[in-house]
Amino acid sequence: MPTEAPWQLVGTVGLGLFVLMVVGFSASLWHRHHTLTLGHMEAIPTPPVHRGLLTRLVTSGPPGEWPLPRLWLLRIFILINVAFAFNYIGYRYLFSINWAHWPFALILLAAETYSLLGTVLFSIESWLLRRRDTSPVEPGLTVDVFITRYNEPVELLQETIRAAVNISYPHTTYVLDDGDSLQLKEYAEQGGAIHVTRTADWQGHERYAKAGNVNNALMHSSGEFILILDADQMALPQILDRTLGYFRDPNVAFVQTPQWFYNVREGDPLGSQANLFYGPIQQSKDNWGAAFFCGSNGILRREALLQLGVRQYVKDLRNRMVRAFAASKQLVDAALAALGKQPDPKLAGALAELRIALNQARARLRSGDSLQEITWEIQREVERISGPLVDQDLAGIEAELRELSALSETSYETSSETSYETSSESPTPINLRDQALVRRQLASREWTPLGSLGMIRQLLLSLDLDVWNQAQPIMPMATNSVTEDLATAMRLHALGWKSVFHREILAVGLAPEDLGTLMAQRLRWAQGTIQVLFLQNPLTLRGLGLGQRVAYLSTIWSYFYGFAAVVYLAAPMLYLFLGVTPITDYSGAFFSRFAPYFVVNQVVFALYAWGLPRYRAQQINMALFPIWIDAVVSAVKNIYFHQPLSFVVTPKTRVKSASFRFVTVQVVLIFLLIVAVIYGLLGLALGLRPDGVAVLANVFWATYGLLLLSVVVRALLFVNSADTSVEELNRLGLPTPQGV
Amino acid sequence: MDSKIERGTDGLAILHLTGRLDLASASNFKGQVTKLLEDGVSVVILYLAEVSFVDSSGLGAIVGGLKAARQRGGDLRLAGAQEQMLSLLELTTLISVLRPYATIEEAAAGH
Repeated sequence: MPTEAPWQLVGTVGLGLFVLMVVGFSASLWHRHHTLTLGHMEAIPTPPVHRGLLTRLVTSGPPGEWPLPRLWLLRIFILINVAFAFNYIGYRYLFSINWAHWPFALILLAAETYSLLGTVLFSIESWLLRRRDTSPVEPGLTVDVFITRYNEPVELLQETIRAAVNISYPHTTYVLDDGDSLQLKEYAEQGGAIHVTRTADWQGHERYAKAGNVNNALMHSSGEFILILDADQMALPQILDRTLGYFRDPNVAFVQTPQWFYNVREGDPLGSQANLFYGPIQQSKDNWGAAFFCGSNGILRREALLQLGVRQYVKDLRNRMVRAFAASKQLVDAALAALGKQPDPKLAGALAELRIALNQARARLRSGDSLQEITWEIQREVERISGPLVDQDLAGIEAELRELSALSETSYETSSETSYETSSESPTPINLRDQALVRRQLASREWTPLGSLGMIRQLLLSLDLDVWNQAQPIMPMATNSVTEDLATAMRLHALGWKSVFHREILAVGLAPEDLGTLMAQRLRWAQGTIQVLFLQNPLTLRGLGLGQRVAYLSTIWSYFYGFAAVVYLAAPMLYLFLGVTPITDYSGAFFSRFAPYFVVNQVVFALYAWGLPRYRAQQINMALFPIWIDAVVSAVKNIYFHQPLSFVVTPKTRVKSASFRFVTVQVVLIFLLIVAVIYGLLGLALGLRPDGVAVLANVFWATYGLLLLSVVVRALLFVNSADTSVEELNRLGLPTPQGV
Repeated sequence: MDSKIERGTDGLAILHLTGRLDLASASNFKGQVTKLLEDGVSVVILYLAEVSFVDSSGLGAIVGGLKAARQRGGDLRLAGAQEQMLSLLELTTLISVLRPYATIEEAAAGH
């Protein structure tokens, strides 16, 4: 047939080009890997670091200015982008669903809808993008500098401490040492810092990782403001002078500054330098009143944190009381029912009285009486009613209670344990955390009525206005998520506190140096973010403004990208191998809507980044899709089925360099995509298939996916040597850690 | 912050506070409450009419005192709190745990 000839030609040429591309890419990788391996012997010159950018950022005052013309250019393209996006998705919904392959057609449509909503959230968020001006600092503020350590090497900490002590504004430096190292204590004290470890109160209690570490130190320090630094973050001397001025506004709760990594080279395949996040993204969140606190390099107002802590205490206390009363009532009812067969007037009378007292207490709780009074009275009531009876048969009751407490200890689960271990000798008598569990325990065996009475007594007497099973009543840093920083910031915002993002590098630290570490870090961030979504949903949390909800949602939304990525990668393979066509036809109508959307989307992103490297971040975001999926699945399991998270502290030093097993899925996908493209183009070249346009469209899409995924191959072969960072540190006037 | 202790009958003690109960005085305050409890006092009444300013660290210290008192089967109660403290109690919702009694007599009676 005459129409086949050009497609055969196109197929042949396309195949040739594709094979050239794959071979070229592999060769460049092999070459790079080879020279890097030889590098140790031949002393190849070190590649340049981000010199230009750093110079701009560090030396020329607050960068990231968004002069109005540039801002409006971005806004105009944002509007065009949204218009094209709706034009495309409208066409997809109305005219292009191929019902013949409806399951995948709908799945693809869902993925595209997800992306569209992401575009909308991003567009709203980016609309307000401005820079901030600092105000001068008042003298005489009291400031604590907290350096948090889990188990990072002492050598690394030495320089962090030295840099922190050297901060020019008067302050007290604390080393919050969860590793409890004697060597570090010695060093800290010599260097003029105070070494803080967990007090005895924490024994046998959940430690809550970094949040717990900070909460512990907050009770043993007294500055009005607190600068938090990770173990590797070396502060520049001016960090406080540049940021404390924002606190002249008494409603500002925290100021966040960027994290910048000195061990990252140009072309770093891990995309570690979070230029976009600590740039336009935070700047726009800031202008919506929702700058994120990121755990390190941020300054917090103690008063704001403590207010949060006191509120959380009240909330937890109330929850605990509601549960204790409900469980007691169940016990009373069960005991009364069991009593039917063997009536004992004294016991029956006591249980009935107790029931009345409990009902009264619950009514008072609902009507808003103070917990102090409610507990005081019910405790005295329960003593009066049950005391004489229980004392008679104390031995029997104790045996029963022991059995129960053994039961509750084995089934006790915490939300974020693993590497942070909770001691097994938990002094908790009865587990009220899970009401369903109490019910199961009650149903699991027969209770003597007297045993029930003893249990109720113990339960109510344990209501000592202390939050159950916590080391300290006030926990200012949120302990419900493994990303305590995000959860805490959101709570502060919900209480009406303001926040600031100050875009100036004022501390430098270490980025993960290999793929495995990077993936562990990203997994934790993603898990924590999803936890936050389920535990304090920004859409429903009271007190947040609309813009703040958008700012939080757009970040959380992006963590569901993993599912869409799978669909986008599967689509070209399903088509090229199996002919699954989710779209009715690859005609001009489709392309005229898709192409402008795709192109303008890239333009917007380029304008937004404005010279900052962005391609790597885009690649990593796509290539780490299994991590994002894993995070969502494990966070949901954790919250709804109480399964522990596979939670790891990001190591500051390298664990492994090549870690193929981390990226097996991606490598298999790369292979399959390559085969799919060759299969499709070969079919075309040999004149075996007539669907030229569709094959080309899918080949294009597969190639785009390949380009993004290819970063894992680079990252896998990547070996970072940190020699380059030394020069960079010297230039900044900072010492070189020996651990690097 | 200044303070004066008045011992009552039945394990009751009144701690008269003057000045600011804040970050600076919180730990001193905590120490005083602990000492009273160790001396066998079971109900500590904080008389706050002369307290001009309380911050969240002050509230944190009060919560710590309450916890310690309750663990010994006793109690810690507030009396005579002023406007600023009442509004902070509202803001932090601590008012739903600790009832601010108007007078020492009411606090001693506990209702």
